[in-house]
Amino acid sequence: MGMFGREQLAMMVRPDRVHRALYSDPAIFELEMQRLFGRAWLVVGHESQIPAAGDFLTTRMGRDPVIVTRHADGTVKVMINRCSHRGSTVCEDARGHCAEFVCPYHGWTYRTDGSLRFVPLAHGYGRDVERKKSELGLVNVPRVESYRGFLFASLAADGPTLSDFLGPLSSSFDDMVDRAPDGEVEVAGGVFKHAYHGNWKLVLENHLDGLHPNYVHASSVQAARDAPDPAQPERYADIAIRQMRQNGAPEAIWESIGIWTTDFGHGYMADYHSDSRLVVGMDNPVFAGYRERLEHKIGKERAAKVLSVTRWNSIVYPNCSFMGQFRQLRIVHPLAVDRTIVYTYSFRLKGAPEQMYRDTIAFANVVNGTASWVLTDDLEVYERVQKGLTAQAGDWVYLARGYGGDADDAGRTRRGATGTSELPIRSQFAAWLRYMTAE
Amino acid sequence: MGAIESTGVASDAALREAEQLLFREAWLLDQHRLDEWLDLFTEDATYWVPLERGQLDPWNTSSIIFDDRTLLQIRVRQYTHPRAHARLPAARTCHQVGNVMILGSDGSELRVGSSLVLVEYRKERQRVFGASVEHRLRRTPAGLRVAAKRVDLVNSEAELDGIAFLF
Repeated sequence: MGMFGREQLAMMVRPDRVHRALYSDPAIFELEMQRLFGRAWLVVGHESQIPAAGDFLTTRMGRDPVIVTRHADGTVKVMINRCSHRGSTVCEDARGHCAEFVCPYHGWTYRTDGSLRFVPLAHGYGRDVERKKSELGLVNVPRVESYRGFLFASLAADGPTLSDFLGPLSSSFDDMVDRAPDGEVEVAGGVFKHAYHGNWKLVLENHLDGLHPNYVHASSVQAARDAPDPAQPERYADIAIRQMRQNGAPEAIWESIGIWTTDFGHGYMADYHSDSRLVVGMDNPVFAGYRERLEHKIGKERAAKVLSVTRWNSIVYPNCSFMGQFRQLRIVHPLAVDRTIVYTYSFRLKGAPEQMYRDTIAFANVVNGTASWVLTDDLEVYERVQKGLTAQAGDWVYLARGYGGDADDAGRTRRGATGTSELPIRSQFAAWLRYMTAE
Repeated sequence: MGAIESTGVASDAALREAEQLLFREAWLLDQHRLDEWLDLFTEDATYWVPLERGQLDPWNTSSIIFDDRTLLQIRVRQYTHPRAHARLPAARTCHQVGNVMILGSDGSELRVGSSLVLVEYRKERQRVFGASVEHRLRRTPAGLRVAAKRVDLVNSEAELDGIAFLF
């Protein structure tokens, strides 16, 4: 472990490789919490989780525990979950509704915007505690914004606006929301919280890695191929079987899909997935019914345009990965250099047929379930990467696949040389270096 | 269900038979005899590990596992693949089944409650899981079989490392 100056950090990020310390050195992780997670816009939740005044949820920004509330005036507040007196958290529930937060230790009481309402036996704290009350509220996270219902916050008072930060990646959120016949989505269906002994970057790198499925998921691909073919009428297992088989698509398919990146380390995988039930299957009665409702609400032409978007994972660097088309969103919580927790949420498309929501839940179990045939192999490989990167023998992690072949697309996006280009990882580290070396 | 008395109160024989099936199921899992384990389930069986405490159904809320027989078969097959990374080596488990009681009968099926303490060991890590379990057991020509199994983990809502074994 050492202290890392800006020059040293810059030497560790090369165009086609990075130093292994970026995954394994606790001192670098501490710097990341300050400079990266302490600066970037982070996804903290969705408006549907806190619809009414007094609703709240708790989450983390980096490692910092925070409370996200709907204040009496309707605005969303994000506050550090730490009493201004002696430091206890003032709220432990994952979600709930309350008029105020009362510290369990000595009863300091805060309003839902964090302001200090009441201090028991206030005179004992000195004559000016009443005067200082305005400074003794819960620390408010300085910037909170929403994009189409998704809540973002930044621990830094200054920086790019959310709109500048998201840039072209905002279209992936549009893709998720535009699919709802009623124009809104809502969080529903439970939260998977999966953990692994590995660096937080590994999950974000993996979600835009089109080369890994045939290797990491070989066993579930084969087991699903051995299962009965999906049939009509649909059976419950068919969604799982098709999804697992899809991971075994020929390499030519993976090479042909689109991998795009944008500024700030974001990226998405597109032109992917042909599942006839989950995506655009005209022959499937559930999807046909949904399509009808969407066309009824927004018109045939617009519906066709909305449904023509075929994105898989989108990454909002550094803490979110989501699948608009499949109504899944994951929030990445880095706990330590070698410990990460990922919360995964499902969404309901308001106005869509109920069966479509049930299919979303079945899909979530396959892709994001803690005991999933698929996810367990990803987690195993993250841990093996982490173990390998503790070795002192080799300094570099190679990210050269597709390097030199990446093409600028329309203005603010870049496209990988092929669908299996490691462009997204190179792009994530380019952003990483900017955050980590900015004054 | 000759083993069930008309009052609905289970006989000692019924309890003992149910218990033996649960013990055998646990033993087969611990021995990694998964094909034989799967044979204990009926063709229309469901195997459910809910995600949320008191979860009402597997359709509107996600589940840690909600499998029909086809999906269970895929789980069993996955272990046999040479690149089943999270399952090679397979986790070693010790399923301790206790507090077995017959909760009721609807005439054709027995509802059996039990508690499970499970120790899992793999790659230098050991974990302990606790769960309350409910089986629906059905009399078939082949003997008593599992028509449904529900496993409510005490920590189903926790932040959990990957689960690559069966409860």
